Amino acid sequence: MSDPPPTAYEPVIGLEIHVQLATKTKMFCSCALSFGEEPNTRTCPVCLGLPGTLPVVNAEAVHYALMVGMALGCELAPRSVFHRKNYFYPDLPKGYQVSQYDVPICGPGRLGDIRVHRAHLEEDAAKLVHAGESGRIHSAEASVVDFNRGGTPLVEIVTEPDVRSAAQASEWLRLLRVTLRQLGVSDVNMEEGSLRCDANVSIRPQGSSELGVKTELKNMNSFRFLERGVDAEIARQTMIVRDGGQVTQETLHFDPRTGAISSLRSKEEAHDYRYFPEPDLVAIAPTREMLDRARAALPELPADRAARLESDHGLHADAARLLAFRPELGDFLEAAIATNGSYPVGVGNWVTGELLSRLGDRDPDQTALEPGALARLVAMVEEGEVAGSAAKEVLGVLVEEGGDPAAIVQDRGLAKAGGDELGTIVDQAMADNADAVQKIRGGNHKAIGAIVGAVMKATKGTADGGEVQRLVRERIEPR
Amino acid sequence: MSDGTELTGAQAAEQIEAGELSAPELFAAYRQRAAGDELNAFLWVADQAPAVPAGAPLGGVPLAVKDLFCAEGVPSQAGSRILEGYRPPYTATAVQRLAAAGAPMLGKTNMDEFAMGSSNESSGFGPALNPWDRSRVPGGSSGGSAAAVAAGLAPWAIGTDTGGSVRQPASLCGVVGLRPTYGAVSRYGMIAFASSLDQAGPLTRDVTDAALLLSHMAGADPCDSTCTGLPEEVVLPRAERLDGLTVGVPPQLTGEGIEPGVREVFEATLKRIEALGGSLEEIELPHSEQAIAAYYVIAPAEASANLARFDGVRYGRRAGDVQDLLSLYEETREQGFGDEVKRRIMIGTYALSSGYYDAYYGSAQRVRTKIAEDFRAAYEKVDLIVTPTSPTVAFPLGEKTGDPLAMYLLDFCTVPMPLAGIPAISIPGGLSEGLPVGIQLAGPAFSENMILDAAYALEQAIGFDGSAARV
Repeated sequence: MSDPPPTAYEPVIGLEIHVQLATKTKMFCSCALSFGEEPNTRTCPVCLGLPGTLPVVNAEAVHYALMVGMALGCELAPRSVFHRKNYFYPDLPKGYQVSQYDVPICGPGRLGDIRVHRAHLEEDAAKLVHAGESGRIHSAEASVVDFNRGGTPLVEIVTEPDVRSAAQASEWLRLLRVTLRQLGVSDVNMEEGSLRCDANVSIRPQGSSELGVKTELKNMNSFRFLERGVDAEIARQTMIVRDGGQVTQETLHFDPRTGAISSLRSKEEAHDYRYFPEPDLVAIAPTREMLDRARAALPELPADRAARLESDHGLHADAARLLAFRPELGDFLEAAIATNGSYPVGVGNWVTGELLSRLGDRDPDQTALEPGALARLVAMVEEGEVAGSAAKEVLGVLVEEGGDPAAIVQDRGLAKAGGDELGTIVDQAMADNADAVQKIRGGNHKAIGAIVGAVMKATKGTADGGEVQRLVRERIEPR
Repeated sequence: MSDGTELTGAQAAEQIEAGELSAPELFAAYRQRAAGDELNAFLWVADQAPAVPAGAPLGGVPLAVKDLFCAEGVPSQAGSRILEGYRPPYTATAVQRLAAAGAPMLGKTNMDEFAMGSSNESSGFGPALNPWDRSRVPGGSSGGSAAAVAAGLAPWAIGTDTGGSVRQPASLCGVVGLRPTYGAVSRYGMIAFASSLDQAGPLTRDVTDAALLLSHMAGADPCDSTCTGLPEEVVLPRAERLDGLTVGVPPQLTGEGIEPGVREVFEATLKRIEALGGSLEEIELPHSEQAIAAYYVIAPAEASANLARFDGVRYGRRAGDVQDLLSLYEETREQGFGDEVKRRIMIGTYALSSGYYDAYYGSAQRVRTKIAEDFRAAYEKVDLIVTPTSPTVAFPLGEKTGDPLAMYLLDFCTVPMPLAGIPAISIPGGLSEGLPVGIQLAGPAFSENMILDAAYALEQAIGFDGSAARV
């Protein structure tokens, strides 16, 4: 008897994302937000939690949260309340965090293929700096607190457990990040902590609809770490279950240097946060004016733009997504299309292909290339005036020096070779490569490459490769 | 020769404005009295008179301030050893408003630790004494403010009332104490006990002074989201009669548990109300009987969070010689907090715990809603409600410290109003065995002017003489 085939396991992943809002002031006081100032210089009695102080809600943070809710298609609560989340830690000067609990400002929604469970407003904790080699609290000799970050407004976005792989998690987080960036509500910088992602990970037998025991993987501060962390955790859980064990519910830390996963606290050590309604604040009840203002402030969002680029201009889904996710590329594309209205698919291919590879990290407007020049170049290609390989050379000139594509083609003699002249060149190339002609006749169609290569060499790349192939075939197999 | 300390605050302000009294001299006279305080009413006394803004309506008549209020650079300890020596970098809105109106701070007054107590005996600095009988408690938690005003160590004072902490000590010390509608006075800078119940109010020699201080304390504050101020200006009371006024008498707060001497004064007051043209009507407040239970869940629950910040990390007391973070927290709080505070933190923490929240905190909130509904229904029939403020006169020091529950139960006349967020005043109604008995008048939300007017008319008719308590 042979062993039964090993059970296949399906990962089930939900994400919790903390987004620092780029408001002028903190969530509950009038301190300016901090960007690397001297420690403890952006503080006041309120964000230090001094006795007798009271929080006051930042209206701009509510505005931003409403924008986020609208962008994620969330149901917006007509009245949402703040709660106190109680626990002791030196980065939490009041001994509780003001957050939202059972009635968040944003209810269920969706972004792309992932459902959003909720999004709520809260205040960030202060920053602990641990003196010692590891930089972590366990082996620190001393810890100091910098309250500059304390009280920074956060929106916490929680997804449903709809994610099925580490790659999908990272892909979706990119969509979320570009959406938030487009909204202008956050710097969304993962390395600097303005966008922070935790993942709830469980596995279950393929085909099962029940949820397994989940673990919470904290604070992966890049897309790569998120992918590696989630993959490592899926592997860890799969190994435990395959060995007949059970996953225990706990909070985990992923060390990106070693790839190791270690436990921060178990379920038994989990805090009882003793949430209760924050008596120092009144409910957030967005007025018609607040909602109208948030709606009016919404730009076109990446997911919508991708759909529009597909439907209006016929772009391929991949190209449309790429252009929508890098808004500066999308803007350049649309500017180019607007100049002559022709060949949008061609322009799209050139922007996402040749242009993107030449840009690197630059924006198109950091180069000498004008949108109209690209549009004209693409038209010349599409209309057979210049061959693809020659057009790439022209694009290189346009990016570095600018100018008019037609003039560059003329100056450099890059106009497409064609007509009788091209026929003569093909005849010559076939005569020079008689063995290749022989091979083609014998059924080796790949041999045509040698002849095309010779033609390209003779025309300095201005010939159209497809046209050359057609001419060769015509001569070998006359219809 | 008179030094002005025999005058009420309003009278003194008037004489200062008329040029008959010097504000610096008045301040100096009170400073001397406060510094020589033998009642332990003051925890700190100002060295010199702060500058008074020219033309300020209160003229520079000094003010005693409960230690719960923060004042910049001045010890603000909430009666607790955990805040020993703590000097805040900012001043509470109410204190600031009164100083701007010409009532500079004379000193900080003693109180039950973090306002948790009804006798002043939980103060980390020893109890204040009742000026009518120094072997008795002044009431609490604003006991220092009440004792200081009653003894003439200050012309007037402010305190805070969470479950009766202004009205009950006013009653026990024979002065006037007003708890305004929740949200009338800013809580910014009041060291929080129970945020949804805390409200600042005046303790004064007469009703006019209470109205005068209230008019300058109240007002919306951008630093307190729950503070709206009063919808109409406070008018100094003038009423001499109670004609046309219907006053409700709830059996739940006037029957069982009221000691005979207090009952006598209360019944005499009811007769006076009728003699002044008011009519009495019995009204039901059926859920008041659960008020104490609800209050002693909600207030400790909020307190358990409000007092979490006293962790020894940044200010106040910090336990020395600790090895790790947890011991720093535990030792600091073990050493810094008194028994009553610890008891309430434990009760509140328990009430909010997972699995118990709904049974305790949730139930208490539902009772709170019912109590508010009771009052709303009652005020459709009557204009005001009258009760004794405290079921007893001032009791001897130490008599009830061993039985916290008995002490809690003494609050039953004053606790329902804060739960409903409504205003109430306590005025001296007379003496029982030589000790003052307070009468409480409560009205619907924002009815301060009506309450003050009725209290004033009653005050004139009663003609209480508090001079026996003056030092």
